[in-house]
Amino acid sequence: MVEVNLWSGLRRFTGDLAAVTVEAGTTGEMLDALVAAFPGLGPAIAAGVSVAVDGEIVNGRHIPITRGAEIYLLQRLKGG
Amino acid sequence: MAKDEIKTPFKLVGTRVPRPDGLDKVTGRARYGADFSAPGMLFGAVVRSPHAHARIRKIDASKALALAGVKAVVTRADFPTGLEGEKWNLQDNAMAGDVAFYDGHAVAAVAATSALLAKDAAKLIEVDYEILPHVTDVDEAMKPDAPVIRAGAADYSVPEGMPPNVVRYLDFGHGDLEAGFAAADLVRERTYKTEATHQGYIEPHACVGQLGADGKGEMWVTTQGQWYVRWMCAAVLGLDAAQLRVTPSEIGGGFGGKTTVFMEPLSLALSRKAGGKPVKIVMDRSEVLRATGPTASASMDVKLGMTKDGTITAARAEFRMQGGAYTGLSPVGEALQCAFAPYKLPAVSHIGYEVLANRPKAAAYRAPGSPMGAFAAESLIDEMCRELGLDPIEVRLKNAVTEGDKSSYGPTFKSIGLKEVLAATQAHPNYAVPLGPNQGRGVATGFWFNYNGDTSVSMAIAEDGTAQVAVGTPDIGGSRASLGLMVAETLGIPYEHVRVNVVETGALGVNEPSHGSRATFASGKAAVLATQEAIGEMCRRAAAEWGIDPEAVEWVDGAAQPSGPNAGKFPPMPIAEIAGNMSATGGPICGHWQGLPEGVGASFGTHVVDVEVDPETGKTTVLRYLVVQDAGRAIHPSYVEGQYQGGAAQGIGWALNEEYVYGTDGRLQNPIFLDYRIPVASDLPMIDTVIVEVPNPGHPFGVRGVGETGIAPPLPAIANAIAAATGARLRHLPMTPPKVLAAIRAGADG
Repeated sequence: MVEVNLWSGLRRFTGDLAAVTVEAGTTGEMLDALVAAFPGLGPAIAAGVSVAVDGEIVNGRHIPITRGAEIYLLQRLKGG
Repeated sequence: MAKDEIKTPFKLVGTRVPRPDGLDKVTGRARYGADFSAPGMLFGAVVRSPHAHARIRKIDASKALALAGVKAVVTRADFPTGLEGEKWNLQDNAMAGDVAFYDGHAVAAVAATSALLAKDAAKLIEVDYEILPHVTDVDEAMKPDAPVIRAGAADYSVPEGMPPNVVRYLDFGHGDLEAGFAAADLVRERTYKTEATHQGYIEPHACVGQLGADGKGEMWVTTQGQWYVRWMCAAVLGLDAAQLRVTPSEIGGGFGGKTTVFMEPLSLALSRKAGGKPVKIVMDRSEVLRATGPTASASMDVKLGMTKDGTITAARAEFRMQGGAYTGLSPVGEALQCAFAPYKLPAVSHIGYEVLANRPKAAAYRAPGSPMGAFAAESLIDEMCRELGLDPIEVRLKNAVTEGDKSSYGPTFKSIGLKEVLAATQAHPNYAVPLGPNQGRGVATGFWFNYNGDTSVSMAIAEDGTAQVAVGTPDIGGSRASLGLMVAETLGIPYEHVRVNVVETGALGVNEPSHGSRATFASGKAAVLATQEAIGEMCRRAAAEWGIDPEAVEWVDGAAQPSGPNAGKFPPMPIAEIAGNMSATGGPICGHWQGLPEGVGASFGTHVVDVEVDPETGKTTVLRYLVVQDAGRAIHPSYVEGQYQGGAAQGIGWALNEEYVYGTDGRLQNPIFLDYRIPVASDLPMIDTVIVEVPNPGHPFGVRGVGETGIAPPLPAIANAIAAATGARLRHLPMTPPKVLAAIRAGADG
């Protein structure tokens, strides 16, 4: 199980939970598990989010997540 | 410590070798977007809306088509229908459908046998408009009675009941805000505004597009990302991406503005309609300013709590930004995430609104959003420091984040160098220069995440032991030199023996553009990993020659050698010898790496500026300017310094001069460089730089990325310096002489 921290604007889709726990071994599994548990998050995740794992903003669904990792969902970042 | 005093174990990394594109550029040989030509080429011109918001009733191109030499006219009717999301945004921005959403919006395009004829023909295309009410200011666009630009455009994030032009809503933070403000000795809340600015790249957009009826096409284009051009053009035109081959030219600046498409799909559409003849389109400066992608304008409220010793106890930000008439283009999220990123905050709240307005579709601009966020947050921190009689660098040091601290936007920081940056700033002689009358000093800090992205790099050893590297990230700031240094260092060969080529889309897997300060980090890491693969192969070739285990061979100073006395006694086999025998030992020797390079390292910078303000005219003169920034590792220090100076120069322009000025009719009033005034050399002092190196453990040489952070601090640093010089606090950019004069005359709180 991993704990995922959500930005405040997503809490209305999770029963006001700031952090939710899901079963996942990768970033992709984590995002899928979030949508399965809280379907209201679907549009937000489909629109694109950035994921921070242990302080590093990562890309892709393949990134391994270990138990106890710090996970944050962030607004998708753009660069110039 | 100055960069040149830092000792490293490297022979080449960190040296100031000649730039590989230098001779081409100083002799005029470098080929930019407008320099490409093809046999039978036609020239395109674009008809643009003169109205900020108008329904297109009818387009009549008959007079244009009657001109001899006019080969094709395209309108939205020539593009596929049914696109959604960003694909629709790109298509509608490239060519308006039923409605023109801003002054400069393309409504038709024409191809003819000469550029002059194309322009004449464009004038003959008659467009019947029904003018609609418009709104260009972000705060006006949020009013309940504002003209509705695109009903139903809001995404999932917008709660019911918000104004119809609000299309995205953000809300994030942590801690007990009320308790944080209650713990403060001083609480202040202010409102700030920044105007839209353009990246101001000197080279206008230019391309040659060729597309046949069989759906196969080519494009030569100035861009930061040839694969982005490919997928965007393919999406807009309904093509198979792999059938379009896109070759990037040399690039005369991009700064984020060349990470998307504008007229590129039009050249392909015209070409297809003209029987597959190539079509060149070159924007003029007016088109660049009216119809490409500036950054957003912003309206921002910030509230801070601070104790008497300078500890920040709580922070709240509410930012409103417009990014044109399309969704997802305002960098309000990034602005909020960057605003307080330098500080360890027990309580922080961020609220953001993305708002539609009748302006061009915003594009990325160097650290998108960070300069606006820094302007608001760093201005208020400075104001409170002055009110409490505290040194601005001491306050920043007291609150600065370090490894292991929770960031304002959530995640815990890994290795970062903010405290080292602040200490180097404090120790710099510029911070101790005595100031004269009407002079003031400003300090500000900025942040950028840096980024990795899709990356594919190949390298190959030539027959003589030199090396070629194929990368997909156009060289917008010295990446060919830095990649060449890293590959040469890894191979143990002279820098001059490596050539780095920026290649077309047919030569590599998908690469994201040179954006997000990623080229030297991501392509550099990939190039090193690809080189290590080739080194492994060369070690295997040597091992086979010697008849020993490949594991018993190591690579040292450009040669394979037995890794120890037990491996066998053989003289080192140099790269030239291995390369010379490659045909007899197994064929070509190459390396490749593809993926999403992990290990991105964030970057902080602090700027110190001294200004003198003429009390009679309000004109601000920048006397001296210092940039201190953590590069992680400066692969080529001169290019790193160039990035620092360039970011500062752009930020100075944003702070003092630059803005999109719209008339009451919603038309851009200053679409030329005479009226949209970017800084020129005579406006600026020599910009001093200090490269701080806190190596990023996620990169083989410690690179963080240096392209973007440097544009964030100048906006608040200059506002803080003007406040110090005059006592007048300006909270609305740009700080032009009339505004500064009015603020001085209005008193301390202008």
